Amino acid sequence: MAKQKALLEVKQLRVAVAGNEILKGVDLTIADGEVHAIMGPNGSGKSTLAQVLAGHPAYEVRAGSVKYDGKDLFDMDPEERARDGVFLAFQYPVEIRGITNSYFLRSALNAIRKHRGEPELDPIDFLQVLEQKLKAIGWDDSMMNRPVNEGFSGGEKKRNEILQLAVLEPRLAILDETDSGLDIDALKTVAHAVNQLRGPKRSFLIVTHYQRLLNHITPDVVHVLADGRIVKSGGPELAQELEAKGYDWLRDAAMVS
Amino acid sequence: MAHVDQLVGSYRAWASNGAGRAPAWLKDLREGGIARFHELGFPNMKQEAWRFTSVAPIAEGSFEQAQAPARVPTLEAIRPFLLFEAGPRLVFVDGFFERSLSTPFFDDVQSLAHVVHHRQDLVRQYLGKYAATDGRPFSALNTAFVKDGAFVHVPARANIAEPVQLLFLATGDKPIVTHPRNLVVLEREARASIVETYASLGKGAYWTNSVTEIVVGDGARVDYHRVQREAARAYHVATTQTHQGRDSTVHLHTVAFGAALARHDIGTVMAGSGGTLILNGLYLLAGQQHADHHTTIDHAADHCESHEYFNGVLDEKSRGVFTGRIIVRPGAQKTDSKQTNNNLLLSTDAHADSQPQLEIYADDVKCTHGSTVGPLDPRALFYLRSRGIAEADARRLLTYGFAAEILGRMDVVALRAELDHIVRDRLAA
Repeated sequence: MAKQKALLEVKQLRVAVAGNEILKGVDLTIADGEVHAIMGPNGSGKSTLAQVLAGHPAYEVRAGSVKYDGKDLFDMDPEERARDGVFLAFQYPVEIRGITNSYFLRSALNAIRKHRGEPELDPIDFLQVLEQKLKAIGWDDSMMNRPVNEGFSGGEKKRNEILQLAVLEPRLAILDETDSGLDIDALKTVAHAVNQLRGPKRSFLIVTHYQRLLNHITPDVVHVLADGRIVKSGGPELAQELEAKGYDWLRDAAMVS
Repeated sequence: MAHVDQLVGSYRAWASNGAGRAPAWLKDLREGGIARFHELGFPNMKQEAWRFTSVAPIAEGSFEQAQAPARVPTLEAIRPFLLFEAGPRLVFVDGFFERSLSTPFFDDVQSLAHVVHHRQDLVRQYLGKYAATDGRPFSALNTAFVKDGAFVHVPARANIAEPVQLLFLATGDKPIVTHPRNLVVLEREARASIVETYASLGKGAYWTNSVTEIVVGDGARVDYHRVQREAARAYHVATTQTHQGRDSTVHLHTVAFGAALARHDIGTVMAGSGGTLILNGLYLLAGQQHADHHTTIDHAADHCESHEYFNGVLDEKSRGVFTGRIIVRPGAQKTDSKQTNNNLLLSTDAHADSQPQLEIYADDVKCTHGSTVGPLDPRALFYLRSRGIAEADARRLLTYGFAAEILGRMDVVALRAELDHIVRDRLAA
C-alpha cells in the first residue's frame, strides 16, 4: 500500500486547562482517509485532545505543534479550522434557541462554501443538498425544523452531530464520545451513517471510552491515551484487548515510562 | 405635582366643552376615571409595582391634549406600517380616527366613538368593566379621556377570516398625549386575529396612554398581536386586559421595540374552566431605552393552562423590567401554568430585572417558572464557530434566535415576516 499523505500531525503536544496540564506530550499522525480511534480511561485527556483540535478557547497550548494539511492549526480560529475541513462532533451538543436546525446548517454550509469560493445556497437549493445527504445515510428530515438540539433526546443530539458531519463534508472528523448515552439501536444507526461517510478524502479521529462503537466502525489504528500520553498504538485488535483487560495494565505502563 | 393638576384641568375644560355629546353613562365613566386619577396621581418608585420604573419624564413633562391630528398622512405614507392591503383596518392619527385611511367592517370593526352611539348597549355592557382603575393611575387617566379607539366585535360562531389591523400613528409634530381606548369582544365560539400597532411618522416626543379590553366568550379564540414601535423619544404607557370564558383560547403576543420609556401592564383573567392562554412577549432595546412589562395571569377557574414566555434583548445602556405575577385562586384546581423570562445582555451597561410572583391558593396545581439574565452563552458561541460561522455572525445569529423564538409562536405569517425584518435590521445596525 502506497504511503498516504499525513493530514494531521500532532507533535509533543502539551495542553492545560485552568492551569492543569492534561496532555503531556501527545504524538499522533493521521493520513488521508484513515480512521483512528483514541481510547482511554476517564480523565486521560481524550476530550481535551478533541476540543483543542477544534479550537476551544478554554484550552491552553503549552508546547508542541499540530500541522493540519501542512498548516499550523494553532494559527487558525475555530471557524477557520471548520471552513478548512475540521469538524468536531461534540460530546455535549449545545442547544441554540430560536434557530432551526435547517437554518443553522445552511448558515454553516454557506460559510464553508464561501470560503471555498462556491456560491451560497438559498433555502431551496439547500433543501435539495440536505435531502441527498439524508438519503445517503438513510435518515429522515424530522429534526430539521426544530430549534438546534432543543428538547432533543440524547440519541437525537448525537445523530444531529453526524447529520452536520454529512452536510459539511469535513476532511477531518473528530467524534468525541459520540457513543456515550446511546442505546444499541441508536449506536448502530450512528455507526452505519459514519461508515457511509468514510472515504479516501476523509479522515476520522474517534474518541471513545468503550470498544463497542468500534465493533461497528472498524478503525485502521487504535491508540490508548493514558495520563496525557499515547502509551500504546495498534490495530483494531487492540480495542478487543482493552475491552477484555481494561485499562489498568496500560496505566501502570504509563507510570513507569 | 403640577402636571396632575394640568391634566385634571384639561379634562375639566374638555368635559365641559367638546365632550358634551356623550351619553350619561359614559360621562359617569369618565368622571370616575378622573376622580381616581386625581386621587392617585402619578406612581412613584416607592410603590411595589413601580420599583424599577420612574415615570418622572412623563409626570414632569408637558403634553397637550390634541384638538385634531397635526396632519393627515397619505395612504402611501402609512403603507410601511400596513401588513395587508386588504381586510378590515382602523387607522388613528394623533388619536383621531382617520376614515379616509380605514376600511371598517360594518359596525363590527369600527371606531369606538361611532359605536358608542350606534351600539350603545353593547359598548356599555363591556367598556370599562375589565380594565381596573383601582391603584392604576394610567388606566384611570385613560378612562377619564375615553373618546375614541378601536372597536372589534365578533358575533357568536363568526370568524373574521382576515387579520384585523389597528394602527395608531403619531405624527410626532407636537408634544401631545393621546388616550386610545380599544374594546374587543368575541362572542361565544367566535374567532379573530388582530394586530394592534403603535408607530410614529416623525421623530418628536409625545406620550401614548392606551387601554385595550379584550373579552373572549366561551369557546372563542383570539390571536392578539401588539406591536410597539413608537419613536425613540416617545413615551408609551399601556394596559391590555383580557377576560376569558370557558374553554376559550387567547394567544396574546406583544413586542416592544420603540419608545424612550415604555410600560405595559398586561392582565389576563381566566374566568371559565378549560381555558388556554399563551402570553408571548419580546422586548428588544438599545441606547437608553427602558421597557417595563408587568404581567398578571389570574387563574380564577379550574382546568386552565397558561404558558408565558418573555424574552428580552438588551444592548448598550438599555434596561428591561419583567414582572410575572401568577395568581391561582382557591378552587382553580388542575391549573397548569408555566412562565419563563430570559434576558440577554449584549453590553455590560445593559440591565435586566426579572421578578416572578407566584400566589397559589389551590393545592392540585402545576406551576413552574424560570428566569435568566446574562450574556451570550460562550458554549453556544464556540459551537457555532466550530461549524465555520464567524464570531460576529455567530453572535448575531444567537441574538436573533433569542428574538426568533418569540416571533416563531405567532401565526400571522405577514406579521412574523415584518417583525423578523425589523429584528434583523436592528441587529445589523
